Amino acid sequence: MADKLRLATVWLGGCSGCHMSLLDMDEWLIDLAAVADLVYSPIADHKHYPKNVDLVLVEGAVATNEHLELARKVRQRSRLVVALGDCAVTGNVTAMRNPLGAAATVLQQVYITHGDPRGVLPDDPDIVPRLLDTVVPLHATITVDLFLPGCPPSAPAIRALIEALLKGETPPAASRFG
Amino acid sequence: MAQTIVIDPVTRIEGHAKISIYLDDAGAVRDAHFHVTEFRGFERFCLGRPFWEMPAITARICGICPVSHILASAKAGDGILAVAIPPGAEQLRRLMNLAQIVQSHALSFFHLSGPDLFLGFESDPAKRNIFGLVAADPAFARGGIRLRQFGQSIIEALGGRKIHPAWAVPGGVRSGLTAEARAVIAAGLPEAIQVAEGALNRFKGLLARCEEEIATYGQFPSLFLGLVGEDGTWEHHGGRLRVMDAQGNILADHIAAEHYDELIGEAGEPWSYLKFPYYRPQGYPEGIYRVGPLARLNICRSVGTPVADAELVEMRQRAGGGPISASFFYHYARLVEIVAALERIGMLIADPEVGTGPLRANAGVNRREAVGVSEAPRGTLFHHYKVDEDGLITYVNLIIATGQNNLAMNRTVAQIARRYLRGDRLDEGLLNRVEAGIRAYDPCLSCSTHLAGQPTVELALIGPDGTVIDQIGPDL
Ligand code: SF4
Repeated sequence: MADKLRLATVWLGGCSGCHMSLLDMDEWLIDLAAVADLVYSPIADHKHYPKNVDLVLVEGAVATNEHLELARKVRQRSRLVVALGDCAVTGNVTAMRNPLGAAATVLQQVYITHGDPRGVLPDDPDIVPRLLDTVVPLHATITVDLFLPGCPPSAPAIRALIEALLKGETPPAASRFG
Repeated sequence: MAQTIVIDPVTRIEGHAKISIYLDDAGAVRDAHFHVTEFRGFERFCLGRPFWEMPAITARICGICPVSHILASAKAGDGILAVAIPPGAEQLRRLMNLAQIVQSHALSFFHLSGPDLFLGFESDPAKRNIFGLVAADPAFARGGIRLRQFGQSIIEALGGRKIHPAWAVPGGVRSGLTAEARAVIAAGLPEAIQVAEGALNRFKGLLARCEEEIATYGQFPSLFLGLVGEDGTWEHHGGRLRVMDAQGNILADHIAAEHYDELIGEAGEPWSYLKFPYYRPQGYPEGIYRVGPLARLNICRSVGTPVADAELVEMRQRAGGGPISASFFYHYARLVEIVAALERIGMLIADPEVGTGPLRANAGVNRREAVGVSEAPRGTLFHHYKVDEDGLITYVNLIIATGQNNLAMNRTVAQIARRYLRGDRLDEGLLNRVEAGIRAYDPCLSCSTHLAGQPTVELALIGPDGTVIDQIGPDL
């Protein structure tokens, strides 16, 4: 048991499409479960990002202070960090709000100017995370080891990456960036 | 002393959320809030873009039901072109929407809620996930995985890829269905139906043991909203809007998508990025309504396919007749809808002419405003656009299924907390029950926070003076 791969998946600012592509590995997931333990993921019940993670797949761009804190924790506690999908790799659709201006301006536009007469700003600082003024890709905040582009990357591409890592091989060329 | 409990993050839901439970001076649950903590801003950054791009961009609102956004967006685009799309294109859009319902409902039932239902609401959290289910019941879990795969493979056969297929476009669809693909779908149907019926039987077997969950996981009267066909049958893509009350009275019927704002208002609260739609004639928050599988099966006269209709009759009997007010039955309704969708897929592909002939109407900007509506797996989805004379977007409003269940989810959390909170401390069992109550709605927070971005629930217990007295998660 102890030598099973400690695998995590993290969802930052994205649409969950990259996670759905992971699930599109279908029955291979069952084979994967035999050699890897899922130690943190939105599809499981972990509340805390654990220590000593071998491999983490990160979906989404960094859009809020909570994303930033989680990204840093992920880096500290994981051996190999993969930016999974275009949002993590470049910012992609999640970063399309950047030209609209700073976070406060965007929120004002969405909830007040453009909102219902009952429009209220969701700004309770104890509850909702603070939006960053600029959405950035993962590597702008932490060191990223591998990049898997695609919106989302296809299930076979994700599988090829994991299989290579499991065998201790260099992952396919598509997982390089820049 | 009044207090608050916070659950953070909420897990195994599709998006990022927290829950706060507020106590009064006597230590009883006063209220509960389900906070959605994501924000993405689609309604603003789409301004100035050509409406032609909208299906491909809005697909990225959600990786779970991109097809729903693509279809609602393409329909709004049809309205701007002022065309009726060719019948072949209409059939294929329907086929893809049915496939979407199958894959998304399978994900909800097997991957996300299955661990609660079949391993236990208070079972070991480390194993309470799809892999735990695989370990406990490999054949059952594998069936669920294959059922989702079946839905996804139909989407891929039509659109060229499983997630974000830029396939439906204003005026129709980009490509047809090959004979080979039709044969593959036909070959896969019997197993899919067998898995769905097996799951239905398993779920019925659970019901007798879940009386408490039925009574507390969102059991209250509310309105129900959704599309129905001309004759009142179950609808998922065409048809008109209907609103029904908890007694089964029809309050609004045959309402065209364009008039949605007469039915629906949207309120906001400082503690959530997710808006609160309400039934406008009854005001906020009295106009609480539910959408999605349970709402669709409540408001329809019948499903229109034999096996699903028999299942619907049985479900209504088991629930005591009338519109069903217990949200626990969302799971049941989801399974009946999988059967309905599979039967309809079978009917569509049995026709060798399906999706043949022209597939796309060509036109320019003939109208400056349009609303596209479709039934997403989680409920009725509206895309409302205005464009300038060049077809550049000047206004976007999106009303998402999960948002429309926001009031009901909040009420559900309060109801469960009242029943299961012991003292002023949180325990893991309560935490997961609250989360399970939310999961019944299969909330898709990626969708709902198109507006406002994150997949987790946190739980907080808050006293009357506003101090947090206990908290679970998240890891921040
Ligand atoms: S890369 Fe594409 S699929 Fe992945 S989260 Fe971003 S928008 Fe969704």
